[in-house]
Amino acid sequence: MAIHGLWVINKAGGLVYQRNFGEGLPGLTSNEYLVLAGTLHGIHAITSRLSPTGPSSGAQVIEGETFKMTIMLTATGTKFVLLTSLAETTADVVLQKVYEVYADAVMKNPFHTPEMPIRSDGFDRKITALLG
Amino acid sequence: MSYAQPHPRFSVLSSSSLSSAEHLSPAASSTRFSLPSAPSINTTVHTPKPGIRPNVYDRNLNKTRTAEVSSAAFAFLFSEVVQYTQKRVLGIADLERRLNTLGYRVGTRVLELMIWRAESSAKIPKREIRFLPALMSIHTQVWRAVFGKPADAIEKSVENADEYMIIDNDPSITRNISVPRDMSQLSCSSFTAGIVEAVLDGLGFPARVTAHNTPTDALPNRTTILIKLEKSVLEREEALKT
Repeated sequence: MAIHGLWVINKAGGLVYQRNFGEGLPGLTSNEYLVLAGTLHGIHAITSRLSPTGPSSGAQVIEGETFKMTIMLTATGTKFVLLTSLAETTADVVLQKVYEVYADAVMKNPFHTPEMPIRSDGFDRKITALLG
Repeated sequence: MSYAQPHPRFSVLSSSSLSSAEHLSPAASSTRFSLPSAPSINTTVHTPKPGIRPNVYDRNLNKTRTAEVSSAAFAFLFSEVVQYTQKRVLGIADLERRLNTLGYRVGTRVLELMIWRAESSAKIPKREIRFLPALMSIHTQVWRAVFGKPADAIEKSVENADEYMIIDNDPSITRNISVPRDMSQLSCSSFTAGIVEAVLDGLGFPARVTAHNTPTDALPNRTTILIKLEKSVLEREEALKT
């Protein structure tokens, strides 16, 4: 039961927020994270078109041997990605709460430019309270 | 905080941003305010048709319980207000002054409405003529009318006899606002300061009111509204003391 990291990807596939929790994740450079997020955006677009029965919202969970990533797609195309241990069962709930915090601390902040990287003390603070 | 020129009280203009003068001057801007157009004022003589919501001018002024506004909706509106204002100013002082002016317009109405409500509910409506009771009523009544809760503290400055402070530990209008580091002196509570200034002015206590961030570790949004009274107020207080 552990949360390793949180990504927020904007609707164009750019990584606008990335944060690691604990020491579990390998230290990647910010450039590598940008590439990974862009790739995930592409994969997600593919998965959303593979559904045999009508439209699909795309991949929701990607699992590995040691961890899983839970992806939440919002109505506006913003994606929230949570990297957790396999045992974590509440990732969906946590992502909903992250979305709520995002709506409050980012979208209501007059100093935030939509689709741009999130640099907001209030968001950091609330995420720390929620996940840190 | 000192103002170089007279405070442009009923105009959002300031001399440093005259380029936007035409479309902000009161004369030219009558159509820019999003009031429903004039006919709605005349409709007060008609009885509203059933099923149609009465317009804002026809509503009962004393119904406070059902007239509450969604704080999320207000947060988005205020965010747009700040963005709109920020595009039209040159610096932080200018931005704060404009927010203050906008708040001032709200404050004059808040005072009028509160007095109207007090008059119809209280048996002996009272008008505050001494400063401290007036400050107390701002701390509790005005705050409750505007934000739904009283402010957290009142303080008197130790150094300056003419300075008083109202402290809000978590002002609801700036709860979701994170000011970037390069503008750290900015306090969007200047809007609240404008409201306080208008109420004090309306009660006959002219003052200069400003807002300042005074965060603590536990309360990162703590804000101090600083009231600097005009000399005439202190002199009158002294004369009334007998």
